[in-house]
Amino acid sequence: MNMAAYVLRRLVLMVIVLLGVITITFVVARIVPADPVSALLGPNAPEDLIRKVRAEWGLDKPLGQQYVDYISGLLRGDLGKSIKTNRPVIEDLKQFFPATIELATFSLLIAIAIGIPIGIVSAIKKDTWIDHVSRVMALIGVSTPVFWLGIVLLFIFYYWLGILPGPGQLDPGIERPPTVTGMILLDSLIAGNFEAFKNALYHLILPSFVLGYFSSAYIMRITRASLLEVLDKEYIRTAKAKGLKDRIILYRHALRNAMIPTVTVIGITYGSLLEGAVLTETIFAWPGLGRYSTSAFLAMDLNAVMGSVLLIALVYSLANLIVDIAYAYLDPRIRVAYTGE
Amino acid sequence: MSSGIIEGLKERLTISEDTRIMFKRLLRNPTAAAGLFIVVMMAFIAIAAPLIAPYDPNKVDTKNRLQPPSREHIFGTDQLGRDLFSRVIYGSRISLTIAMLAVAITALIGVPIGLVSGYYGGKVDEVLMRITDMFMAFPRLVLALAFAAALGPSLYNTIIAISLAYWTIYARLVRGIALQTKNEAFIEAAIAAGASTPRIIFKHVFPMVTAPLLVQATLDFGATILLAAGLGFLGLGAQPPTPEWGVMVSEGRQFLVTGEWWISFFPGLFILLTALGFNLLGDSLRDITDVRARR
Repeated sequence: MNMAAYVLRRLVLMVIVLLGVITITFVVARIVPADPVSALLGPNAPEDLIRKVRAEWGLDKPLGQQYVDYISGLLRGDLGKSIKTNRPVIEDLKQFFPATIELATFSLLIAIAIGIPIGIVSAIKKDTWIDHVSRVMALIGVSTPVFWLGIVLLFIFYYWLGILPGPGQLDPGIERPPTVTGMILLDSLIAGNFEAFKNALYHLILPSFVLGYFSSAYIMRITRASLLEVLDKEYIRTAKAKGLKDRIILYRHALRNAMIPTVTVIGITYGSLLEGAVLTETIFAWPGLGRYSTSAFLAMDLNAVMGSVLLIALVYSLANLIVDIAYAYLDPRIRVAYTGE
Repeated sequence: MSSGIIEGLKERLTISEDTRIMFKRLLRNPTAAAGLFIVVMMAFIAIAAPLIAPYDPNKVDTKNRLQPPSREHIFGTDQLGRDLFSRVIYGSRISLTIAMLAVAITALIGVPIGLVSGYYGGKVDEVLMRITDMFMAFPRLVLALAFAAALGPSLYNTIIAISLAYWTIYARLVRGIALQTKNEAFIEAAIAAGASTPRIIFKHVFPMVTAPLLVQATLDFGATILLAAGLGFLGLGAQPPTPEWGVMVSEGRQFLVTGEWWISFFPGLFILLTALGFNLLGDSLRDITDVRARR
């Protein structure tokens, strides 16, 4: 069984799934009790105005025709126009997506920095108080409402102590560097604006900690579990019997193998950070995809809702696909199980 | 033939034996006991809310608005002078009801799909699993948000939206176990004994699923409470003046600038506590039931 066949099969499956995703999104957005036109125009809008707006959006056509129009638009990269921003949705997504990538990447770094070391220590000190404390910390992490943690930390560090900046990406007085990548840290480096860089970095601390703490729990648990499994293997016992130092066994033999599941969980985490971003961005006034989609949901801005949901689903599926491919590459048993060879 | 049936019976008896051992381990495990304590306490608070809450949760008293925690109002009062402690207490009813109904509906959708998919296999399995994949291509919060927005934000639609976003977990979980189970000797014995397929699925395959299902449901109680609160917070779940915890956190947000921290703080703390209770319990249950983790 070769790798190429596996990847091909997964890609074909992903295309089928994404077609289904588009259909689900379309159905949810069209056959709903909530009427976007009356949501926009208000309950007292005159009948002919409502009809005019419906025609303008193509909502008066039969559903099948609307579906075909939507798919053919998608293929041309046309996601329709947003009612709220009055711009093509694709332009909005291009503008808002980089801020989310920036936030998600930083959060992931924080999640790794917290999760892996604590996971390793818990595995080595299994069943001691350190292990128990870190387990409870991880469970608190997954039980904390992200939006509430954001509010509490903002209150403590911004309103009360005043040592960290408030919501937003930059302080009001600081000029935003010209947009190249859309990611403010990179853009300020490209512009050579170190003041903006430093300021943007400060602004990233709270939101990425809030988002990262939540995800660190999963990384920690999987690191601990897989390290424990590896430490129980024959070759580790052999290494111990050989008289190798514990530290060398850990770094040279155990960790490398134990990291395989951790790497895959990190991939999945990156996808799920998009989920947390919806809530975190709302609290920290972060101009990203999460905030964009939330306001689209609230305003029943249908094209914006469909566009952002599709983009999120695409990124999420891609992250999962990359994880599966990496895993299959590392562990041949999975390839065989999947293709039945 | 009869020996096969005896085998099958034995299998089922071992499960109940397992369940007994499970409860014993559960009470001896400190984190599990802590989780169970929190869950029971929250259930008690929800049931006895009218007895515990000192005030009517919706009684507006504008003279006493934004009072900090004091002896009269231990959690303080909100922007309309409503007693926050009473609102938080009543909020437990809403969160636990949402969680209970959502988990029940989720299981009702997911378990049959998983059983059919795993037991029949082949084309049926392929189609059902591709549909599952489509739903799993969205992060769950985003899917729930989309359904909640489409249905119109309300308490009941929150439950439906969460159920539509969550059933895939159960379908996958149950399918995996059904796949393993269908080749067991006691299933073959039942087939040989002439049992009908629905009977086999519900009498013989389903019991194998109950323990993992219980673990998953417990963990999902925590996740569902967080999700429902998140929807309420974003304005896409329960609506004011409902004393829903997420809504209350959102209402308090604007008062942080002026230092009135308690309006957001206490409802959020209760979300955390309740979710933690279910997660402690579920995590310990998983350890106890999972043979591999017993080492």
